Amino acid sequence: MLGFVMKRLSLAIPTVMIVVVVVFFLVRMFPGDPAQLLLKDQATPEALARLRHEMGLDQNVLVQFLSWLRHAASGDLGTSIVVGKPALPMALQAYGISLTIAIPSVILATLIAVPTGLIAAWKQNSLTDTALVGVATLLLSVPTFWSGLLILLLLGVTLNWFPVVGYVGLGEDPVRGALYLAMPILTLSLHEVGSLIRMARASSLEVLRLDYVTHARAKGASEGRVLAGHVLRNAFGPTWTLVGLIMGNLVGGIAIVETVFTIPGIGRLIVESIYQRDYPVVQACLLVVAVSYVLINMIVDLFYPLFDPRVARQ
Amino acid sequence: MKSMSLNAWLGLCIIGAVLLMALLAAVWTPYDPDALDYLAMMQPPSAAHLLGTDDFGRDILSRLMVAGRTSVLIAIATVSFAAVAGTIIGTISGYFRGTLDGIIMMLNSALLSFPGILLALGLVAIFGASASGTVVALGIAFVPAVVRVVRGNVLSLRELDYIAASRVMGNSSIYTMLRHLIPNSVAPIAVLATSMFGWALLSESALSFLGLGVQPPAPTWGNMLAQARPYLSQAVWMAIFPGLLISISLLGINLLGDALRDRLDPRMKGIR
Repeated sequence: MLGFVMKRLSLAIPTVMIVVVVVFFLVRMFPGDPAQLLLKDQATPEALARLRHEMGLDQNVLVQFLSWLRHAASGDLGTSIVVGKPALPMALQAYGISLTIAIPSVILATLIAVPTGLIAAWKQNSLTDTALVGVATLLLSVPTFWSGLLILLLLGVTLNWFPVVGYVGLGEDPVRGALYLAMPILTLSLHEVGSLIRMARASSLEVLRLDYVTHARAKGASEGRVLAGHVLRNAFGPTWTLVGLIMGNLVGGIAIVETVFTIPGIGRLIVESIYQRDYPVVQACLLVVAVSYVLINMIVDLFYPLFDPRVARQ
Repeated sequence: MKSMSLNAWLGLCIIGAVLLMALLAAVWTPYDPDALDYLAMMQPPSAAHLLGTDDFGRDILSRLMVAGRTSVLIAIATVSFAAVAGTIIGTISGYFRGTLDGIIMMLNSALLSFPGILLALGLVAIFGASASGTVVALGIAFVPAVVRVVRGNVLSLRELDYIAASRVMGNSSIYTMLRHLIPNSVAPIAVLATSMFGWALLSESALSFLGLGVQPPAPTWGNMLAQARPYLSQAVWMAIFPGLLISISLLGINLLGDALRDRLDPRMKGIR
């Protein structure tokens, strides 16, 4: 088990390193001169040259990268050009808000999708199965920016159950804060339910064909026992891996839901910073999301042996 | 098996209808999609304007048709870009192996460790919020997936006798790749390209919804939805029809993609 953990950790470290390099060079390629952007209309040639020197922009790229890395290691990713605050805390705070949407929606989606996929597989080729797969494919095909608008229209504007515009932090007022989060969580989980049902169904089908399921049935175990004790446990592994991937994509694609529901999360922050050419903030956000994506997938893999102990022994 | 082919047909019909609409938009639309009509602002669907008008009095059906053409063209360009670049890189990487392969795969897995839409956002910041910027950004974001599939395929092919034969016969590496390796990678690329077409359509809509894709007044399904958001309670049709079109197109692609994968992926045989 320890060996498995060490192996997975040793895989994650180089990936994080490469991600850091890619983010640095990606942001390097953004159009425009950072010094010019910082100085705006006060950019005399002398002031530009001085600032470029201070920022180290006149040195070669490798030196710049090493110096950036040294600052990054101590948590300094520069200051926002637009609001003048340190970029990393801005990104982290927005990321925290995004997680309050992403985590509940993944949990909700898993709770709905795994049993549904199992039932669809159990009733394979019946009307129930066809209907469930149909609904899943339909949910998968509806983009969040449309389902979000429809949910906003129905639950917000028409039924007036939830507030339509604005945001209150969970820390300020947990009850009102939760009301603001309800519609975005619903939107995201509806979308993820589609892919999770299909995955849970496919892996349940594979398990249902195995000998030990036939054996359990032959022993006279009830269908409920076979499904809960044998199939669910063994079919959950592959679905669990997908949960990790979804979690990463959720954070990437969350920009849309945050735009629809005006939530100040990290997706919204990236998009607005790209509009405003606030590159230090874009860079901090890209780094936070990419690194957390690697970490989330690592954590998902580390938990995998809980559902399938064979993995750790290999 | 029967229901599979039914799904495939349904998918093909949907995609066919969307493509037909996109083609038709090149020669005919009911109204000029950019013509402003301040006397007919936010009209609900009627005989004159089948799907209603937007906040500038522009005919929504005409705009949807033109937007469909833009989206389909962008998606085709994106998928072609990713497929061609990914196939070349993947084939070279898998055929020559060695240091080059190591470097390519390291970069590739780094790019794959980014969530796709995030990478696209970063790249859009470089290439600009426009049609060509979208194609390049999404294209680059999709390349790593193609590289991985093609390289895997080439790695298993290159051990086969006929590839060895081609080498023994004195054929150049380029000839072997063009004549044997790439043609034998077409099937997995085709499956991937079908899903990529869906991702491209979806991502393009998402980018233009966020204001980082094709810029208004040129219509896309995504920016039409973004434009509809402030008028949800007054003019719901502005939000209904673009979203419906995106969803139906994606459904068609998903149905066809599933059918293709079931056919070409032996692991999936017997399951449904």
